[in-house]
Amino acid sequence: MDNELYQAVLLQHSKKPRNFGPLENPTHSADGHNALCGDEISVALRIENGAVAEAKFSGSACAICTASASMMTAEVKGLACDAVETLAGNFRQLAKDGLGPDVPMRLQVLGGVHQFPQRVKCAVLPWETLVRALKSPVV
Amino acid sequence: MALNISKIREQFPFLRETVNGHPLIYLDNAASSQKPERVIRRIGRFLESEYANVHRGIHALSERATAAYEDARTVLAGLLHAERPEEVAFTRGTTEAVNLLANTWGRTNIGPGDTILLTEMEHHSNLLPWLHLARETGARVDFVPVLENGAALDFEAAGRLLAKRPKLFAFVQVPNTLGLENPVKELCRLARDAGVTTFVDGAQSVGHQPGDVQGLGCDFLACSAHKMCGPSGIGALWGRQELLAEMPPWQYGGEMVDRAYFDKPATFREPPARFEAGTPPILEAAGWAEAVRFLTETGLESIREHSVELANFAAGQLREIDGLRIFGPDVRQSGIVTFSIEGVHAHDVAFFANERGLALRAGHHCAQPLMRKLGSLSSSRASFYLYNTRQDVEALVGILREAVAFFR
Repeated sequence: MDNELYQAVLLQHSKKPRNFGPLENPTHSADGHNALCGDEISVALRIENGAVAEAKFSGSACAICTASASMMTAEVKGLACDAVETLAGNFRQLAKDGLGPDVPMRLQVLGGVHQFPQRVKCAVLPWETLVRALKSPVV
Repeated sequence: MALNISKIREQFPFLRETVNGHPLIYLDNAASSQKPERVIRRIGRFLESEYANVHRGIHALSERATAAYEDARTVLAGLLHAERPEEVAFTRGTTEAVNLLANTWGRTNIGPGDTILLTEMEHHSNLLPWLHLARETGARVDFVPVLENGAALDFEAAGRLLAKRPKLFAFVQVPNTLGLENPVKELCRLARDAGVTTFVDGAQSVGHQPGDVQGLGCDFLACSAHKMCGPSGIGALWGRQELLAEMPPWQYGGEMVDRAYFDKPATFREPPARFEAGTPPILEAAGWAEAVRFLTETGLESIREHSVELANFAAGQLREIDGLRIFGPDVRQSGIVTFSIEGVHAHDVAFFANERGLALRAGHHCAQPLMRKLGSLSSSRASFYLYNTRQDVEALVGILREAVAFFR
């Protein structure tokens, strides 16, 4: 059962997350938390010409949330902001139902959480935080 | 006297459950406890042959239901060593008892410039009602700090803050996170000397150890049935009769009223009826009385010793896991062990444990400000009760070692 949820690629990301740490000179950022289990993450972005030039995350979160944030920040770099929002919506559907149209293969591994309703929020939290960050310019 | 654990375990049907193919090990007792067969059967029997509304009908079933409901009040009064059953008002649980107190005694006695004294180790249920009352009345809230790592309440600070004569000191006897027991008797003595009214949150202590409101010397105390082998949905507020008598109602409706009119103010019944508007938790009361009888016959001091011994055994084993930090004192004073593991998130620990049939709690344990102060937003908690065993502890330790190897 553990392996259905914690597939090897997810564990690699949770143990050695990509894009983890502070981002210098972010243009946008937001914080997210999961009251059930205590996940807390921040997403910081540098947006240039309507696209994500840099994305990093920080905070303290479970393996699923950390892996999801790690894969997400790698995925959205270079994407236009509206494409990021669309992808976030599709990713949510993948996490909830196991079916995510137009979600890149690399992220499909996270679809396994749909079998564990209490873990869906863990996978989706980084994406929700990302979407809020897109709308939250750093002042 | 040591408990006969195998005999106790035979009386708890939940232990025959399996989870993910494993025998269930239940270490989430601080959240809620499991129920013995006699409580389950008592509720069934009550529903079959004694159930009706209470204090209303002039018929046989209503008389039986009223007798069972009032018997529960007497049993609770006995458990708490109250002077009389009328000092016990039934509520939905500890949370509602605190809200009752804040809305009645609180609104009568707390005004602008007054101080409410709490501690930093309160559950949200003994924190948020008072913060809300303070905001609405213009009162201030002070907190007795916890010492390093949550090892104890800062007793000297408590003395200093009580000397400033707050109106109320509301504090927990056994916090749901730290594995300690506050010196309630000494704190109440300090409070009494300063003329401060005291409320004790007994959610984790009543039914887990001998309790005696006279010996503790508090003015109010609250507890919940579901944490002590009884059903969910019922708890109690105990208060000294002279204090309860001065408190106005807070919820209005049937049962709490004496005379009602269209054109002039109603008059209200004496406590505890004044605080029990509407149809109360009747079958829950019958079940709770049976749970208290079960616990008393089993022996509350033995239950306490057993739970604390298991917690200490667990703490000793857990400390050997690399990067594991236990919150609270070095030696356990209650059956609760809260810990965090470096590099392994508590939510993953709880999931991993559940896959192996082990129920643990993960998160902030409804004590966010405390856990933030201790530097841990998410921790795991194992809490022990009368049906747990040393084998449960060994399983816990084995599963945690496996989890560390898996996630780190």
